[in-house]
Parts: sequence; structure tokens; C-alpha cells
Amino acid sequence: MAKHLNIPLSADEINGLNVGDTVLLSGVMVTGRDAVHKWIHDTFIRKITPATEEDLEILSLLKPLLSEGIIYHCGPVVTGLESSQYRITAAGPTTSIREEPYQADVINFFTLRGVIGKGGMGAKTLSACHAAPAVYFHAIGGAAALIAECITEVIGVYRLDLGVPEAIWVIRVKDLPVIVTMDAHNSSLHATVLEQSKKSLDKMIS
Amino acid sequence: MRDYTQELLELVRLTSTDLPNPVEARLEVALANEEPGSAAQTALETILKNVAMTRKNSTPICQDTGTPIFYVHAPATIDRDELTRQIRNTVGLATQKSYLRPNAVDALTGMNTGNNLGDDYFPTIHFHVSETNELTIDLILKGGGCENVGAQYSLPNDTLQAGRDLEGVRKAALDAVFRAQGEGCSPGFLGIAIGGDRGTSYLASKEVLLRDPDDHNQDAELDILENKITAEANELGIGPMGFGGKATVLGTKITSIHRLPASFFVTVSYMCWAYRRRKMIIIGDKVFYE
Repeated sequence: MAKHLNIPLSADEINGLNVGDTVLLSGVMVTGRDAVHKWIHDTFIRKITPATEEDLEILSLLKPLLSEGIIYHCGPVVTGLESSQYRITAAGPTTSIREEPYQADVINFFTLRGVIGKGGMGAKTLSACHAAPAVYFHAIGGAAALIAECITEVIGVYRLDLGVPEAIWVIRVKDLPVIVTMDAHNSSLHATVLEQSKKSLDKMIS
Repeated sequence: MRDYTQELLELVRLTSTDLPNPVEARLEVALANEEPGSAAQTALETILKNVAMTRKNSTPICQDTGTPIFYVHAPATIDRDELTRQIRNTVGLATQKSYLRPNAVDALTGMNTGNNLGDDYFPTIHFHVSETNELTIDLILKGGGCENVGAQYSLPNDTLQAGRDLEGVRKAALDAVFRAQGEGCSPGFLGIAIGGDRGTSYLASKEVLLRDPDDHNQDAELDILENKITAEANELGIGPMGFGGKATVLGTKITSIHRLPASFFVTVSYMCWAYRRRKMIIIGDKVFYE
């Protein structure tokens, strides 16, 4: 049975989730992928790049959305760009492991309760999930139209200068289907599958 | 020369929104084989629902509409520059119509051109002279997730104990599938090139993905190897999306090209389950799509 959860998510709700749970997520979430993670990391966390006034303004708008909230690793297909009457027609997850260098810091910085993506993430993120607590939700890669149907509203967009796929889309979703593949109790389906498949591979090529 | 923009636009629409039947059929077989109630089964059910929905609604199967790669076989009478212009124009139009996501990003500035038109490499257009009067254009849309898990091995490889023979090719291919885990959107398809230089080997590994998923390799030994790699990859247990399960690879195609004495490359191009590939054939006034 799928669990229905509403964003923002409490620490208790997150601690109640285990690898393998199916969840239907509702509420407001924010897309963010490669450029956004690097931007947040370099500008606000490590402060390698000085923050402009615009950067700080966007940050102040993002903070309440991301406190106990969710970042979705997604670069959608969006119509209505000329009129700003945005509609998302394809919104599957992108591969999450590219954010591994940044994700743990980003989870801590915003007090995220989860990230959604595909392919899973590594040990650093798993340990950040344990500390937060937060979880990794896996969406189905390529199921772009089905997920787009769960988006009831495009609330706004930031950093559209990064291009449509890399921009920060603020979306309201209803019953977005995901599977917990990394939980707050240090359990990762991806680590398990990696280990088991390594054993099988070693047998086959020895 | 005639204007083929409308015909090309239909090619792009079909490719992005309507998964070829042989691919869908393999996904259906994979679904039937997974354990009831497993995450693998859920993933494949979701994938097949999505396929039906995008076919009906003419929306992209996957938001990552990838690099549009065109393979043109044109009679010598076709003006290559003009056809290039028409293809680029069509890609821009298809982006406006949201059949394609704007994907061309300047590698130095990070700027997205907004219309999928980058330099001469984006979209990618390969030209060949056709020996008949037919103009055929194949299109593959290959997303970044699966492109990122492609791999090239230089044999011999001591770690894998892979020598310069078909056994070495097999080991390299299985290693590539293992390393990809679920990141390339498994269950995927493998295009493998043996030989070439680093560049031509990658080219050939993509071109071999133009073969019909259901055909057989004309080389009997390679045909056996194709099936063996698919079967063994599925024993790795990586499964759909890397959730664990039986379906990891749905098909393997292998080609071999000439190499230098010093080089022996095995190149694996990984194609995600959303194996978006269509062909357009133009004979006189008639247009056919496969």
C-alpha cells in the first residue's frame, strides 16, 4: 500500500519510511539539478563565488520552500515560454549521482527532508539522510508524461537564465509516485544491488 | 530541392512521442517475467503506462529528448547543404512545439541556445550517399543519462583479464553494464563496436543501434555473443531502474570495424529503455515511416 505524504514533511514522517516503501507525494516542491546544486554550493555554502543581490533574493524565496521540503532532480519540458503561461508536459527524473559532491551539504543547508531523482546516490548522501533525517525518493526514469500529470500547477520559476532544463521550477504536485530507495536509517537499495551484482559479475568474468 | 520540413517534423514527433513496437514488446515480456509486487514490476508497469500515454497525447516519452542524431542516406542529387538547413530548421520547430526539450548548452558559458541548435555537432547529422533514388533518414534521440554510462575499453585489460578476443569483448560489455547499474535507465539496449579508433568506435557503437531489435547478426559468432551478453547481463540482477530484478538489458547489437595493430577498443553505447528511433523513407512523392 502506498503512503500518502504532504510536503513539508516532518522528521517523524521521514523516520517512519523504509527502503521499499511506495509513497505518493503532494504539495509544493522545487526542481534543481546540476547547475543549481553547483550554484547553491559555490555561492551560499562554500562561498567561493560572491553572492549578488539577486542571488540572495532568490535564496530568501527558496528557503521557506525547502525547509522540510524536497528538491526534485528534474529538467522538464515546458510549454508556454513566450506567454509565461507555463505548463509542464514531461517531467521525469534525471540521474542523481552527479549531485553527489553537493547533495549532503545542500540537505543540511536547507534542512531538506528528501530529494527525488533516479539511479540512487552514494555514501555521503546516505549519511546526510541519516543525520537530517531525510530520504532519497526514486521516481521512474523516463515516465515523464505520467509524472507531468501529477503536476497541478507551475507556481513559478527562478534562474531561467540557466535554460529550461536547469532552471528552478516551483511546482505543486498531487500524488507523485516514488519509491524510497535510501532511507534515514542508513539503508540503501542501491548499495545492496551494487554489492550483489558485483558478486555475480565476478563469477561471470573470473 | 523540395522542402521536407513537414515530413521531417513528423519524423521528430514520432521519434520523441511514439516508442517503436519491437521495443514496447520487449518491455512487455520483461514485465511478465518480474516478481509480482516487486519494485521492478512497478517500474515496468509505470513505463508501459507512460508509453501508451505519450503515444496518445503526442508528448515526449522522456523529458530528456537527448541529442538528435540523424543518419541521412541521400541520392547524389540531393543538395546536402540545403537538407542540413531543413533538418536544423525542423529541430528548431520541433523544440517550439515541445516535441523536443531545448538541450544545446554551450560547454564554456553554460548558455542554453533555447532552440536545440548548437554548432555543427548539435544536432548531429551523418551523411551517406545512397545508391538508390530513396532518401532515407534515421533519427535517434539519445538522452544524457544513458550517454553518460557509455564506456570504452582498451584491450587487453588486466583488471578484467580481458584479452583481444570475443571473450574479452564479453567481459568488457558485462563490466560496462555493471558499472551503469540503473543510471542509464535500465532495462537498456547495448550497441557495441569492436575496433576503430576512439572516435570511430563510439560512432559505430551508436550506428549499430539502428538495427532492428529483432534481427540477427549476419556473423554467426557475433550473433551468439549478442544473445550471450544479453542473457548474462540479466543475471547481474540489476533490474529495471537498478531496483533489482530480472530485466537489465533487453537487447545487444555488435559490429566490428578495422583497427590499428596497436589498438583494440571495445566501445559500449548504452541506450535507455526509451529507445527512441525512427526511420523515414522518401521515394518520389511518397513518404513512409518505420
